[in-house]
Amino acid sequence: MKKNAIAIEWKKDFRRNGTLYLMLLPVIAFYLLFCYKPMYGAIIAFKDYSPRLGIMESDWVGMRHFKAFLTSSDFNRVFGNTLKISFANLIFNFPVPIIFALLLNEFKDGPFKKTVQTISYMPHFISLVVICGMIKTFVGSNGIIGSLVNRVTGSTGSLLMQPDKYVPIHILSSIWQTMGWSSIIYLAALSGIDPQLYEAAEIDGAGRFKKMVKITIPSISITIVTLLIMQVGRIMSVGYEKIILLYNPLIYETSDVISSYVYRNAFETQNWGYSTAVGLFNSFINLLLLICANTVSKRITDSGLW
Amino acid sequence: MEIKIRSRNNIIKKKAGDRCFDFVNCLIMLAITVVMLYPMLYVVFASFSDATAFMKSSGLLYKPAGFSLEAYKLALGYPMLLRGYINTVFIIFFGVIIGIILTSIGAYGLTRKNVKLQQFLNISIIITMFFSGGMIPFYITVKDLGLTDNIWSLILPSAVSTFNLMILKVSFASIPDGLTESATIDGAGHFTLLFRIIMPVSKATLAVLVLYYAVGHWNSWFNAMMFIDDRNKYPLQLVLREVLITSDTSSMTAGTSDQEFIGETIKHAVIVISTVPILCVYPFLQKYFTKGVMIGSVKG
Repeated sequence: MKKNAIAIEWKKDFRRNGTLYLMLLPVIAFYLLFCYKPMYGAIIAFKDYSPRLGIMESDWVGMRHFKAFLTSSDFNRVFGNTLKISFANLIFNFPVPIIFALLLNEFKDGPFKKTVQTISYMPHFISLVVICGMIKTFVGSNGIIGSLVNRVTGSTGSLLMQPDKYVPIHILSSIWQTMGWSSIIYLAALSGIDPQLYEAAEIDGAGRFKKMVKITIPSISITIVTLLIMQVGRIMSVGYEKIILLYNPLIYETSDVISSYVYRNAFETQNWGYSTAVGLFNSFINLLLLICANTVSKRITDSGLW
Repeated sequence: MEIKIRSRNNIIKKKAGDRCFDFVNCLIMLAITVVMLYPMLYVVFASFSDATAFMKSSGLLYKPAGFSLEAYKLALGYPMLLRGYINTVFIIFFGVIIGIILTSIGAYGLTRKNVKLQQFLNISIIITMFFSGGMIPFYITVKDLGLTDNIWSLILPSAVSTFNLMILKVSFASIPDGLTESATIDGAGHFTLLFRIIMPVSKATLAVLVLYYAVGHWNSWFNAMMFIDDRNKYPLQLVLREVLITSDTSSMTAGTSDQEFIGETIKHAVIVISTVPILCVYPFLQKYFTKGVMIGSVKG
């Protein structure tokens, strides 16, 4: 009886929304084909995949690939580098836009502020490949940065051939490219602060610094915390595209991260099952971090991603 | 009396401090502006430089070292660059159209009322933002569909961005019901409703999404590296990667006298050619982009 009622309800729903579902079909097809089918395809992490046999026919190997990765000599390197580059990014790249926004906010709206802002956005519009091309020529042995650093530290050759220079190059170039753009959101939060707060503080004799500490920073702290937590949730997905563009075998020890390792193992040594397992390991940790970050965020700011 | 004087002194001191702060702040901003601009200027200077003079000069450039248009001549004469431009324009054109249509339909479906499957679809779509099969299964899926080495492999698998879909969903949801209700009473179907009423009302958000999709396709190179083997189908970014990263300028410099040197200036010319169009357009579009950041920050 109850089952019947549900069936009738669904029938009604389909009669009412049939055309809507039909209309949604291409969107559903897109998600099935390009998002859910790859998720299903991820089972090759537990198989000895060969392109000739296909996903279904390949033999099961259980957790062999995962074990192989966790015990391999590469594990420490790629896992460590992933964390190192991500945390360095978080520590150095995250506060810069905030400071920039705070300083810029001290200017009155006008052509000066507008110009500085427009120029600071510019690098955001240069494509990653071109940015990496620029980095490569700048830090080359003849480039403006490369020749200077080499003279100071007494090293020779392109900085991209020296393992100890990779992380600074990665982080500094990211700051250069994203600083202005990331500051937009803070500037927006700053412009939303009620000017009466400042006026009241001025009457009470608060100076510029005091106003910044007591009014400005608390007003944007929720924005800061939310963005910080989102960043933490993205720790494992370091900007691997940039790494794949810039790195080379000489500096694997400091630049090789999980995603670049996955890419190499699949497309260079054809270890499909193994690299899928490594990738899955990465997404799994990422998901865990995201869930943790979201829980913390809900506790602290009462808002989360879901 | 004394108190008065002291407080006045305080005010003067504060003002001096303020002025000092303003001055330092101004200097910092100028420094930032220089740091932001100079690398781009350097590339422009280098591209107009004479190859031999450029190689001899190491360090900062304040104007082109020597002057030569040779690099531009060789870069513009390189057929792959034009090929790449054409392919990228093709990808952007169809990518944006397909992306906007699918995203609009999706957002429309997710914001109708009294749709039983909606909750399920919504969750299924949001999950894809946080979890994916990964790079390799994605590659295998596209390969099994027979799309590899086909330019559509750069359009279809990345047609919809879930993030954009969520932005549009928020925008559609904010449209007052009255607007669509009266149209429904007049007998409008879903397509009429979406394309005649809802999309025109959401023009501003759609403009932002057009930009987002266009920029996404313009910058994308990784999928092309995985999927495309035929060099004639390379999008611009992959051509640029060849020239700038794997440093393959030999096909451009063949037959020139100072082959060794000119490679470097050619690279800079290629950067200018591939980036200037964007940087020229963007100040005019800036307000849409910044608006997009705002909408994106409103979580759906």
